[in-house]
Amino acid sequence: MKHPAIALLGTLALAACSQQAPEAPAAAGAPQAAQAAPKRAAAPAFTPPPESAIPPGPLGDEIRLGRAIFTDTPEHARDYVGNGLNCSNCHLDAGRLANSAPLWGAWGMYPQYRKKNGRVNSFGERLQGCFRYSMNGKAPPLDGDVIVALESYAWWMSRGAPNGVKLAGAGYPKQGFRPPQPPDYARGAAVYAKNCALCHGADGQGQQVDGRNVFPPLWGPQSFNWGAGMHELDNAAAFIKANMPLSRGGTLSDQDAWDVAMYMDAHERPQDPRYAGDVAATRAKYHDTPMSLYGTTVNGHLLGSGASK
Amino acid sequence: MLRILGILALLSPLAVRATDAAAITRQGNGKGAAPCMACHGVDGGGMAVNGYPRLAGLDAAYLRQQLDDFASGARANPVMQPNASALSGDERAALAKYYSALPLPARPAAPPAAKPDADGERLATRGDWSRALPACVQCHGPGGVGVGANFPPLAGQSAAYITSQLRAWQRGVRRNDPLQLMQHVARQLSPQEIQAVAGWFAAQPLPAKGSAP
Repeated sequence: MKHPAIALLGTLALAACSQQAPEAPAAAGAPQAAQAAPKRAAAPAFTPPPESAIPPGPLGDEIRLGRAIFTDTPEHARDYVGNGLNCSNCHLDAGRLANSAPLWGAWGMYPQYRKKNGRVNSFGERLQGCFRYSMNGKAPPLDGDVIVALESYAWWMSRGAPNGVKLAGAGYPKQGFRPPQPPDYARGAAVYAKNCALCHGADGQGQQVDGRNVFPPLWGPQSFNWGAGMHELDNAAAFIKANMPLSRGGTLSDQDAWDVAMYMDAHERPQDPRYAGDVAATRAKYHDTPMSLYGTTVNGHLLGSGASK
Repeated sequence: MLRILGILALLSPLAVRATDAAAITRQGNGKGAAPCMACHGVDGGGMAVNGYPRLAGLDAAYLRQQLDDFASGARANPVMQPNASALSGDERAALAKYYSALPLPARPAAPPAAKPDADGERLATRGDWSRALPACVQCHGPGGVGVGANFPPLAGQSAAYITSQLRAWQRGVRRNDPLQLMQHVARQLSPQEIQAVAGWFAAQPLPAKGSAP
């Protein structure tokens, strides 16, 4: 088992910000048993403990605070958010759900070299990125309550999981996931109108009650910014395929998932905080991948130029 | 009871203006639609024990859609179908607008449960993702206050009504839910869970504001 594990770790050290699963089974369903194979072992399965198992006392309080931050981020991390999203909007079931980038799938894989910033990141630094990009806010201090509480919640949820081992259901299931045809904006618009607008609004701005998101905005000033992982097509398509519509994950075709991911990611959103003076330079430095539409022109609009759509 | 209502409707003035929703709720429309308040209450708060739902403060587009669906048969109900069919499009629009603007009833539709069911609260606020069940409040809003035109409020709604609808979706008798979201949700629930979650929502407070969010 030593060599496959080392191969896994080596591969993962080069993985981008979202956690790929190079050895995980292709199926998006909840795996219940690791299958023994002569040449290559499947990634082990893991089930996090129930919420009722959070212990009493100060440690339990910190874990509960982490969960509260995770599920109502603007309320509990007010100083560090720039929009009304919650972590749980894209990490479902309060960060517990397989194939929805669960916390237990990430905790044991850090510290980790990340291409995104060209150095080894601690888990806390990874969380800072979530605030800077997905929450369009600013990085909370590593030793402050927000990061420590989130780390406590992630640590507690991961208890019993093998450390440094890629788990089945970690990240979004994007390994080997490609569309039959190149993604298409017009097809994506039709998929959106039929499957997504019901919750996220015809204008993609979500739906709110008393100023709080019930369904999150997918683009525009109140959504994640151009630095967030969800702006990349393969991340978005894999998330959508496995998890959307909410409660009906796995019902969209692969093509529909890619088309609607492209539709979502082809809309304007707040600027990348690493903006390098102009869009082309920023694309060259941070978005030089076919998975990013930043700096490309869609429907006559240069994405990332900030003009409202 | 229905026959008495029908006779009352026939006796009411035939010249009820199509846009006078308040009059229709009191007298019917003289063309076969019974007075709405006979079942849905003078204040639109419904009759919880009979499972007649609160209409006051619900979203107008939602109410309009339900009336249209009753009339077309897209939503099956032996009492609502003839009543909705007897309303013109203008009358349905006017009634939907009328009820959406009514203030929320002064007291909840059902008294709070003596011992709130933990299972109900858990399903409502956490869901059960091992069955791909989101928390109900993820779509129906915090505390079940409802959001938009497609996710009606559950807070303070009749437990008997919520129960009957969950059963109807479960059996495929009600099928007018967009994307079949509720049919799939309901099929995951046991009879005890249906009662528990209906009871939990019935006990939730109505929002403080007088009109729908």
